[in-house]
Amino acid sequence: MSDLRELYQQVILDHNKNPRNFHELPNATKAVDGYNPLCGDHYKIYVEVDGDTIKDIGFTGNGCAISKASASVMSSSLKGKSTAEAHQLFDVFHKLVTGEPGSLSTAELGRLAAFSGVSEFPARVKCATLAWHTLNSALEGDKETVSTE
Amino acid sequence: MSAVLQQTNTGLDVDRIRRDFPILTQPVRGGRPLVYLDNAATTQKPRQVIDRIVRYYTEENANVHRGVHYLSETATDSYEKARTTVKRFINARDEKEIVFTRGTTEGINLVAQSWGRKNVGAGDEIVITAIEHHSNIVPWQMLCEEKGARLRIAPVNDSGEVMLDEFEKLLTNRTKIVSFGHASNALGTINPIRKMIALAHAAGAITLIDGAQGVPHLHVDVRDLDCDFYAFSAHKVYGPTGTGVLYGKESILDAMPPWQGGGDMILSVSFEKTTYNALPYKFEAGTPNIEGVIGLAAALDYVSSIGIDAIAAHEQDLLHYATKGLLEIDGLRIIGTAAEKASVISFVLEGVHPHDIGTILDEQGIAVRTGHHCAQPLMLRFNVPATGRASFAMYNTRDEADALIAGLHKVIEVFR
Repeated sequence: MSDLRELYQQVILDHNKNPRNFHELPNATKAVDGYNPLCGDHYKIYVEVDGDTIKDIGFTGNGCAISKASASVMSSSLKGKSTAEAHQLFDVFHKLVTGEPGSLSTAELGRLAAFSGVSEFPARVKCATLAWHTLNSALEGDKETVSTE
Repeated sequence: MSAVLQQTNTGLDVDRIRRDFPILTQPVRGGRPLVYLDNAATTQKPRQVIDRIVRYYTEENANVHRGVHYLSETATDSYEKARTTVKRFINARDEKEIVFTRGTTEGINLVAQSWGRKNVGAGDEIVITAIEHHSNIVPWQMLCEEKGARLRIAPVNDSGEVMLDEFEKLLTNRTKIVSFGHASNALGTINPIRKMIALAHAAGAITLIDGAQGVPHLHVDVRDLDCDFYAFSAHKVYGPTGTGVLYGKESILDAMPPWQGGGDMILSVSFEKTTYNALPYKFEAGTPNIEGVIGLAAALDYVSSIGIDAIAAHEQDLLHYATKGLLEIDGLRIIGTAAEKASVISFVLEGVHPHDIGTILDEQGIAVRTGHHCAQPLMLRFNVPATGRASFAMYNTRDEADALIAGLHKVIEVFR
């Protein structure tokens, strides 16, 4: 069961139960739909970008605990960050959940470190990265819909 | 798991059956016993099937219907004997009515593309039900799009049963073909197909039964049912993947144009004119899945040796036992509560997404399916994004149902 506790860490369970920024943004500059057709997860990510700064992020939709907690943690981690910082953090997060050696220590990862257990569950990597891929598209502004497949 | 398996009271020697399935003794996830409850996705294979395929490659392998040499004759003989086995198993009139396919999906596509393109036109209608698998939706959508025909959907009630009065209302002189599952893979609902077939015939339509979940659990007699087509897959009835059967009434198959062109489906070919082969070879272009077909026959022989009625009784016992236990779990809701069900239980657990349930059960060695079960319109009908699904086969036990229930308590513990 130790692997399960690694996957479902308290931060994840908490963010799943009480997701942060779980609402639409009235002043969103971009909103993108993200789907995982394999399990039916679906989120809409809203961003309000001012110049290079992510002023606000919100999301709606539903899916498993990993995907919802990931969207929630992502939204609270990136508020006020620059778009360049967001891209950098996505890169770090991706390495974390796929088990590639990352460039940040656990302390530097902060709440994102809660997703370190995902790398032991390859089937769940897409759950953890769905919101991030969707946000990426919102920031690049090239698509209205993102799919994991 | 206790040393002595709890037996159901149906007289099936499950201990002996389990010894026929080598994979069931394989520990998973750090030494846990495997509890395989994903049988609606695919069943495990008994040694009798595995050994038969090995024997085919060890002693008989050659291409069929071609060579004059010993092995080709042996392979052809085994392949055609398999056709007879299938014919008897579903009580078809003649071997000509048994077409080997890649699976249920290919069987349905064959009918949609061959019969459908010839007989369905603009303004015509095709009727299916709201609980169909994607494979019994999409081929008809493709045909409707091409021909300007209309797909009509018979609704289901809150238990997941087709509403027969609504179904009947959809059947008109515009209805060309009516296609529905024998049993639902997502909910377990067993449709009253005999009655539905008669209603469709009364309206002048022909019928196709998606039997993927029928053949493994139910006695199938295509003549008694009077269906025009019946499609099923080998791998859902303890046989190999990549092989299936399309049964069709001879007169209907005979009038249909070939679907795929190639070797084996012709009598003679010249650049001026090709003459097609007789039934069923007209629909078997190219070298078939010979090992698959021979493995399917071994699987059907295995099922026959145990008896489909005894299997059904055992599975019904497990269905009722597991349903009762699952309903005692706080916050668990079963989706699909039809009076007549195959041994499939779809469920949701309040506050926990099915995907998380699947991972936590898997960590305990319990294999269930989670997701939309290739039936997205059905998920929408019941307003759930996905469900967990436990599906039982002849080798499952009450102990395994107990393991599932204990596993779900663990899920609740993690999420508390």
